[in-house]
Amino acid sequence: MKHLIDIQNVTVMAKPSRRNNAHSCLLNTVSCHVDAGEVLVIIGPNGAGKSTLLNAIAGDNQFSGCIEINGLENEPKLRARQIAVLPQLSLLNFPYRVAEVVGLARIPHNTGRRRDNEIVQEALALMDIGFLSDRLYTELSGGEKQRVQLARVLAQIWQKEDAPNGTRVLLLDEPTAALDLGHQRLLMQAIRKLASHGVAVVMVLHDVNLAARYADKALALLCSERLAFGRIDEVINKENLKSLFEVEVEIIQHPLHKSPVVIGL
Amino acid sequence: MHATRNPLSVNSHGANRRIVICAAWALLPISFLIALSFGTISVPFSNTIGSLIDTFSGHDSSSRSDLVIQQIRLPRALLAGFVGALLGICGATTQGLFRNPLADPSLIGVTAGASAGAALTIFFAGSLTTLSGFSGLSLVSLGAFIGGSLAVIIVYRLATNTHGTSVATMLLAGIAITALAGSLTNILEFFGDEEMLRRISLWRMGGLDGASYQRVAIVAVFSLVILAILPRFSTSLNALLLGESEARHLGLSVQSIKIKLVLLVAAGVGVCVALAGTIAFVGLIIPHMIRLLIGPDHRYLLPTSAVGGAVLLLLSDTIARTIVSPIELPVGLVTAILGAPFFISLLRHRHEFGMR
Repeated sequence: MKHLIDIQNVTVMAKPSRRNNAHSCLLNTVSCHVDAGEVLVIIGPNGAGKSTLLNAIAGDNQFSGCIEINGLENEPKLRARQIAVLPQLSLLNFPYRVAEVVGLARIPHNTGRRRDNEIVQEALALMDIGFLSDRLYTELSGGEKQRVQLARVLAQIWQKEDAPNGTRVLLLDEPTAALDLGHQRLLMQAIRKLASHGVAVVMVLHDVNLAARYADKALALLCSERLAFGRIDEVINKENLKSLFEVEVEIIQHPLHKSPVVIGL
Repeated sequence: MHATRNPLSVNSHGANRRIVICAAWALLPISFLIALSFGTISVPFSNTIGSLIDTFSGHDSSSRSDLVIQQIRLPRALLAGFVGALLGICGATTQGLFRNPLADPSLIGVTAGASAGAALTIFFAGSLTTLSGFSGLSLVSLGAFIGGSLAVIIVYRLATNTHGTSVATMLLAGIAITALAGSLTNILEFFGDEEMLRRISLWRMGGLDGASYQRVAIVAVFSLVILAILPRFSTSLNALLLGESEARHLGLSVQSIKIKLVLLVAAGVGVCVALAGTIAFVGLIIPHMIRLLIGPDHRYLLPTSAVGGAVLLLLSDTIARTIVSPIELPVGLVTAILGAPFFISLLRHRHEFGMR
């Protein structure tokens, strides 16, 4: 069976600069794959190449190797109905109202103003920020801004029928970084629900327990190279975490979900 | 349970926006009439309207006030309106493109380049300019337009490499070129004689006193094209405020949009500076002020900034002509004096008015 996202031997070189003549590698022959309905987390220490891989999938940086997304359109506007990307940092500093920010997600769509507004409100409600709808984005707290951006990205691929060929991909770079415990959970549940409707999700995550609880697969990156790739319980183990983060951990089984739980020693 | 929202609040924002937009449009004909009626001789509004109707219906009128309005004030008011509208909309576009609410069209080097071009023309062809065959577009204006275009081309080249155009680099390159062109103008002022010095510095302050129907025709062609095209980029500019890669992920061809916007702004500001000198403040303050009132959505911001710019320049020019009549002040001085306090009060009280 063909994977929805098939990544083979992807290598990304750093932009050559005067200071480092040696062509340094940001990502070295990394391969992995994601199916529709699956959540893949990318874990690894800072600077391991997680965001670089995510950007390569998003089409933002040049790479050698092959990234194949099944059914992906070439035309930018149609493609935007299939792939939504949440960057690590948002630079928006204009006083849009929250609903306006989320509404930007509907630019590639032709679903009509009424339906767009409905989707915006549904996305806001899903991220638990319906009450902020009329507030100015610039006046929000960091976590609230993050939830607005998440709502925007979700609204971009909200309905399966909008996406050509039904291909929907969600790329998230550290989506939980600014969120409190409750909203981290809320977000991960929303992502699971989206995946259950056939979306392929790739996300960079630093919280290994959150990853272990909600993701299907994990890709561990270390020094621009792939350390491990596979089912979440295959990747998250003592040895891998030791080599990734240089910490001693113990892995136990979650009493309810049977997923691995990492305990620092 | 989250779906129920207060529908009133949305409507009130929309209503606010509608009031501001309607007020701006209502002010446009009023300030146009004011510009036509006031001057060294005042004409009552009713007579102004009467002579306007005469003008457009082709009636020959011989009264003195009719002549003043038709031959002197009408072209001048039209020039002021078009230049103001162009500066306003180009300012709004620049601020969106640079994602900086305090950016100004002069940041990409147009204004300084045009000044240098004009100064060069005054310096080296000073005696020729009065003999120029073009009565509408004098040699100085041509020099200014060429200078402005050259500056933008250089800035754009500096900021573009194989990875695309960096907006941040463009801003810095604009500052560098502005400094370079500014010092060139200063050198010319230093070596020029009294008469040149006076002409260069008057030109830099900006003025609409050269208004003629030929100039109006030129600026009208540019304005109509630019005012028609720029609003088509509203959605793109809205998305660009999120960031360039975000805009790309929303399906926009960011690089080609950037090129088109820079060219349009350069042409718009270039023709303004060429025909009316450097008029400070309109391109910076008007969009900023309109944004405070109605928010950053370019679908409303662009047209309203154009209207606001036209209103500000019409009123400023009327004041420039009348306040120390019969002497005329440079209009650039008046735009700053008129707009700055208003802007400061908006900044200080924006929270009280519930503005953005």
